[in-house]
Amino acid sequence: MAKISITVNGSTTAANVDPRLLLVQFLRENLRLTGTHVGCDTSQCGACVVHLNGQAVKSCTVLTVMADGGSVTTIEGLAPDGAPLHPMQEAFRQNHGLQCGFCTPGMIMTAVDMVNRKGHDIDEHTIREELEGNLCRCTGYHNIVKSISAGAKAMANSA
Amino acid sequence: MYEFKFSRPATVRQAANLLAKTEDAKLVAGGHTLIPVLKQRLAKPTHLIDLSRIEGLDAIEMKGRSLVIGAMARHASVANSAAVGEAIPALARLAGMIGDPAVRHMGTIGGSIANNDPTADYPAACLALDATIVTNKRKIKSDDFFKGLFETALGPDEVISRVQFPLAKRAAYVKFRNQASRYALVGVFVAKRPSEVRVAVTGAGASGVFRVKSFEEALKKRFSPKSLAGLTVPADGLNGDLHGSAEYRAHLIGVLAARAVEEANA
Repeated sequence: MAKISITVNGSTTAANVDPRLLLVQFLRENLRLTGTHVGCDTSQCGACVVHLNGQAVKSCTVLTVMADGGSVTTIEGLAPDGAPLHPMQEAFRQNHGLQCGFCTPGMIMTAVDMVNRKGHDIDEHTIREELEGNLCRCTGYHNIVKSISAGAKAMANSA
Repeated sequence: MYEFKFSRPATVRQAANLLAKTEDAKLVAGGHTLIPVLKQRLAKPTHLIDLSRIEGLDAIEMKGRSLVIGAMARHASVANSAAVGEAIPALARLAGMIGDPAVRHMGTIGGSIANNDPTADYPAACLALDATIVTNKRKIKSDDFFKGLFETALGPDEVISRVQFPLAKRAAYVKFRNQASRYALVGVFVAKRPSEVRVAVTGAGASGVFRVKSFEEALKKRFSPKSLAGLTVPADGLNGDLHGSAEYRAHLIGVLAARAVEEANA
């Protein structure tokens, strides 16, 4: 077992974990933050994307021990009280950016990271390129791209 | 995953010592190859040695006439580095083409070349740019480093600390992606150096990354896509699978090399 301390959505948790424990399992099973999903479990689909030290990562491919001492933001951390929603979440709602919703937490965490790196005025081509690591099997991406474009602009206004 | 112990040394020396004295220990950098392998139980290390907390191992800097990239530099750092963009822009672009944004935040140059996946991008850059791989023990030229499928010249207790890239006059990397996995079906890195031209191919070789000497000689005479007209690469020794036959990959090498030369000249 390994002693770790991780700050998740602003609160610090100390735990004794098996080194094999994936970050996504730690979030879902130890902390019961089930907004982060496990889709493919092979670092392809992006349903498990969270921010680790401010950058989007696939939490199914990070060991919890590798995140020791770090800071994690999950989808639950974007709108701590559930309302009001984060501007990117609100944009997905307004633009019908989801159908079944399974990929949505990962899409939104990727989208917020994208805006952090690329700015508020991202064109459609860039958004599609940046979504390379996030799979959606319902929407055909069109409304997701629209949502991210709108969310990016809304984030500028709320910042 | 099978059970393993986990350590986080503070120096390369500590990492190498741990590696030397522990049977079946493995180094972990970004983990984006190793963790999937562990999940499938294709490897059974007793001990993982995490290199991520070794100070300075992710540094990127110009030293003399070489660009030096620390083994733990993440793909995203290389892609966005002003130093890399100025010194060898083709290398920054290559790093920005690996995987997806989340993968690029974790994956490292040291991990990529130590793993020497036959479809990885960095080995082609190292070979074409005549990079030197610096370990805790010695300096290894790229020509001697990449030995075959997932095989390198690294000894059992050797740790890569950095990679030195001599500056090229012109360089470009063009990748033809497998449409499903997005890995390189074939990738060609072309570099015009002061004394020679090098052409390195990833994704296609049955024994991993390799150079195309006939292309290099033709391009040395004149660095133009026209120099490659009529030249072909034999399909012998190339991979053939459901994604593309060896003949198709051989054809792609010619096409992509010409495109790379064109891009390098642009």
